Amino acid sequence: MTQPALRIEALSHSFGPRKALDRVSLTVPAGSFTALLGLNGAGKTTLFSLVTRLYDSTSGTIEVFGFDVRREAPEALSRLGIVFQARTLDLDLSVRQSLLYHAALHGIGRRQAQARIAHVLDKFDLADRLHDRVRNLSGGQMRRLEIARALIHDPALLLLDEPTVGLDVEARQGLIREVRRLVAEEGNGILWATHLLDEIQATDRLVVLHRGRILAQGTVPEVLAQAEAPDIQTAFLKLIDAFKETATGQEAAE
Amino acid sequence: MSVRKRTNALSPRGYAICFAGIVWREALRFISQRGRFLSALVRPLVWLFIFAAGLRSVLGVSIIPPYETYVLYEVYITPGLVAMIQLFNGLQSSLSMVYDREVGAMRILLVSPYPRWFLLLAKLIAGVFVSILQVYAFLLVAYFWEIEPPLMGYLTLLPVLVLTGLMMGSMGLLLSSLFRQLENFASVMNFVIFPMFFASSALYPLWRVQEASPILYEICRLNPFTHAVEAIRFALYARFDGASLAIVAAATAIFLTLSLFAYNPSKGLIARRGAPAMAD
Repeated sequence: MTQPALRIEALSHSFGPRKALDRVSLTVPAGSFTALLGLNGAGKTTLFSLVTRLYDSTSGTIEVFGFDVRREAPEALSRLGIVFQARTLDLDLSVRQSLLYHAALHGIGRRQAQARIAHVLDKFDLADRLHDRVRNLSGGQMRRLEIARALIHDPALLLLDEPTVGLDVEARQGLIREVRRLVAEEGNGILWATHLLDEIQATDRLVVLHRGRILAQGTVPEVLAQAEAPDIQTAFLKLIDAFKETATGQEAAE
Repeated sequence: MSVRKRTNALSPRGYAICFAGIVWREALRFISQRGRFLSALVRPLVWLFIFAAGLRSVLGVSIIPPYETYVLYEVYITPGLVAMIQLFNGLQSSLSMVYDREVGAMRILLVSPYPRWFLLLAKLIAGVFVSILQVYAFLLVAYFWEIEPPLMGYLTLLPVLVLTGLMMGSMGLLLSSLFRQLENFASVMNFVIFPMFFASSALYPLWRVQEASPILYEICRLNPFTHAVEAIRFALYARFDGASLAIVAAATAIFLTLSLFAYNPSKGLIARRGAPAMAD
């Protein structure tokens, strides 16, 4: 059986008394596009922070291609690329310098990095901006650069946390198209966090996260069947309503 | 699908590439921020040219080691100003770490597959490297102001600067872990830099402080910055001050251990609180 790109089991995390994630379990198959759907505050960014080991979880396990993120962090982290929701670019560096720096953080020397830089910039249509300062790029170009940077060490799993936030319609569509092409042509596994329903396709895997809990997951038809809904929007709203009813019932019982 | 894996990653060569990359990025930032270099140079020169010249006649200095004769006040405060450059640089580096954390660049550093202690140490050493460049630029200008230590002193100073730079940098690293926003960090200037600098032997010898206030004298003796200044003072005259060096080394070890703990993903302060913009 093929090793999943990402396997999370019973993951919980709290910030003080506030529970950000509650027994989250999910799987991202290798070479798949998996959408992580959740409203603001659902726990998507916390989940990404734990997968990338910005901090450790309170309980549960996270494995990237079978490598435990806590016990085998180097093996796990070298296999994943990350695009955070907030911009993480150094505006004073040039595009080339940004990519060389990131390559160095993954132990890739200059000669090897030059070839990778040419490859990823060509893929994201930024080859002509090689020597431009990052601050001179448009919002869409910065996002594309962040994805190109996340791919510089050729990771097999790419995590993108609401990457289309702040982009206009054209840039948004272009970005989604390019990321989907990565799955089709390069075989990257993608975990795409979003709260925008129109970014999800019928062929995707879907994970619905709400207030730190997984409400449903599977292929889109499986999730629709589970929620007994004709489309993703209805399914999403029904799942949230069901969650609220359960939560209210639990509170009343307590 | 095959799980891609590179050959260099986590090999000794990979570590070297990663370290060089972090130092290179700090150097690029330093070069691009010319104002930072200029202010790092102007600040001690203002003290040297104006403050020291003005107080030369008021603050006479007796013959104290490592000096073998009476020295001008400018000569006396030069090691203190060298330490001040490193103190400001250490705090400046930590300021940039708070900024990096706020804008997210720090996250990119921390998700590198290399151990976190290595990444932070590399960043620390990069900051020390920058501070040493600033110190020698200052000493070059000071030379034309008749601050003329022996040539050998410039060489013996180098390893001491590495140690004192590490102490200031690791202290800054620790402080950076305590503050979530730049606005809060600004108060560090008032509560750390100025008390450390003034409650030390940078501007006046401790025996003078003792005459004025025995309590302040004890505070100065407990201040690790005092010992950094003295280690630099002796090294600049090609002398060895073992006690000061030992105290600086111990303070470095303590600050470094605490800051690595603070940045530890499972144990540290950041793990408990979460970094900015990570709470979704």
